[in-house]
Amino acid sequence: MKKNIMKVNLSKDAKYNLITIAAIIVVYAMCQIMIAAGMMSYLMKGLLVPFCYYSILAVSLNLTVGILGELSLGQAGFMCIGAFASAFFSKCTINLIPNTFIRFTLAIFVGALAAAIFGMFIGVAVLRLRGDYLAIVTLAFGEIIKNVLNTIFVGYDSKGFHFSLKDAASLKLQGDGTLIINGPQGITSTPQDTNFTVSTLLLIATFIIVANLINSRSGRAIMAIRDNRIAAEAMGIDVTKFRILAFTITAALAGVAGVLYAHNISSLNATPKNFGYNMSIMILVFVVLGGIGNIRGSIIASVILTLLPEYLRFLQDYRMLIYAIVLIIMMILNWNPTCIAWRKKYSLGSIFRKKTQGEV
Amino acid sequence: MEMLSVKNLSISFGGLRAVDSFNITIQKGELYGLIGPNGAGKTTVFNLLTGVYKPDSGIIILDGENISGKSPIEINKAGIARTFQNIRLFKNLTVLDNVKTGLHNQYKYTTLAGILRLPSYYRTEKLMTEKAYDILKVFDLDKEAATLSANLPYGKQRKLEIARALATNPKLLLLDEPAAGMNPAETEELMKTITLIREKFGVTILLIEHDMKLVAGICEKIFVLNFGMELANGLPQDVLNNPEVIKAYLGE
Ligand SMILES: Nc1ncnc2c1ncn2[C@@H]1O[C@H](COP(=O)(O)OP(=O)(O)O)[C@@H](O)[C@H]1O
Ligand SMILES: [Mg+2]
Repeated sequence: MKKNIMKVNLSKDAKYNLITIAAIIVVYAMCQIMIAAGMMSYLMKGLLVPFCYYSILAVSLNLTVGILGELSLGQAGFMCIGAFASAFFSKCTINLIPNTFIRFTLAIFVGALAAAIFGMFIGVAVLRLRGDYLAIVTLAFGEIIKNVLNTIFVGYDSKGFHFSLKDAASLKLQGDGTLIINGPQGITSTPQDTNFTVSTLLLIATFIIVANLINSRSGRAIMAIRDNRIAAEAMGIDVTKFRILAFTITAALAGVAGVLYAHNISSLNATPKNFGYNMSIMILVFVVLGGIGNIRGSIIASVILTLLPEYLRFLQDYRMLIYAIVLIIMMILNWNPTCIAWRKKYSLGSIFRKKTQGEV
Repeated sequence: MEMLSVKNLSISFGGLRAVDSFNITIQKGELYGLIGPNGAGKTTVFNLLTGVYKPDSGIIILDGENISGKSPIEINKAGIARTFQNIRLFKNLTVLDNVKTGLHNQYKYTTLAGILRLPSYYRTEKLMTEKAYDILKVFDLDKEAATLSANLPYGKQRKLEIARALATNPKLLLLDEPAAGMNPAETEELMKTITLIREKFGVTILLIEHDMKLVAGICEKIFVLNFGMELANGLPQDVLNNPEVIKAYLGE
């Protein structure tokens, strides 16, 4: 009886989303049990938070690539902004706001907001660009952000903030002063406020935001623009507005991933390894392999493809070669009709459906 | 009462004068036919009326409002909706969502309300779904509401495009060869549907059709375009018996 009511009230999309969230929570609980039982390796423990921020990056990029249908390679840039803005905020307020929960909550908003502002700015700047041109400009943006951050020196003392583009000495800080951003050395000793629980919660929040957006008036407008721009305009849909909206939300969520990243490590600096174009392309690979427009797939692909290189370490020099081959095989399997049919048959959703039917 | 009044509308592509001093006046509630041989400039007239192309010269007045030079978005909001000769559906959206996209400016709630699933989201979405089903029923598409629009058969795709255009609640509906690719039975059924929607939605219609006889059956007035210029304009029997028109069609 109860089950029937649930069936009537929940739409297909809502069910799909609930199952995904439930799956995330189950995996989270299993990880916690393994940690408590001492069954998780040191390596795996270190990967739990990265799983979450990579997933957030992939889900949010999928909004631009899969839902809006535009190729963006600036994801690492937005993450970088979120990371630096929030780390800067946390370092400045560490004495002011001793409560970790409040400070970190604020830091998350600071990171998201800073990245959102840049996302909106980029969205406006690339209004006339499509396809490859858009990819190139967003790629350049990411690289510029990373390089600019390597030249900035910021500190503060009793006289307020000091800023320089030359070196730390030219800030002329008083004796009581603190150096916050130290050029290429970046920001050191950021409070390590990130943990697996917060990361999981933010991943769930990201999933809900993107999933709910897709199934709403604005989401339909964004997908209409993707499917046929001219028809969308003829329906009175403000193409410019919704394009910028999608860019901004993608950037804000990438900023959140940056916040998690920055508060998970002891020293934050912008290097080609963490915020370079390789990172942006890697996230794009997660999105493509997880399925364009499929946000659940983005999460699964992020986790698998983050784990894979770690487990391929024993191959030493051949590691990246094998990794590339695995990517190609995954891509082929992903689009193979037999595999798609198989996935449909044994998907989480259908298993769930069968179970409830069996019980009734 | 005039719904649409167009004066001296012209556009050239390179040396080609695709539309040359186009003049038309359409009364409220009228069903007007725009015919002419291939390449006569019919679709270009639609593109000018909906702001896809900016005219070289001319004035377009819709229901007393000057809409010349406005963007397609503004023109849709002002009250013109259209379909396309080469179907332009939102292929990866369902039939229902295609119509709901047409309702975009009719029923509103904020993006934030959608993300946070505030009461306004549920309330408005319910109204949108009801309205969309109402429109789909007119076209006998309500049973296919959950189908991906790309998977619809061709004839139904054409109908869905009209349904989507009607969802924007237009004063003037422009239909570009709505029966193209349909068999005679489907065509006849569609023409009945078009006369029906005019009454049901109280909308004025300008319809492009290749087949002259078909237009004569349902339209009150017919405009014949040839090489971008007016060849004839008036009541169907006068236009169809016009020797110039017969020549243009036979000489094609
Ligand atoms: N964007 C354009 N650029 C160049 N020529 C165009 C363009 N659009 C239409 N034309 C030309 O204008 C003429 C009229 O085209 P069109 O309006 O599509 O004809 P119809 O719809 O009556 O068959 C054709 O010769 C076509 O090639
Ligand atoms: Mg045409």
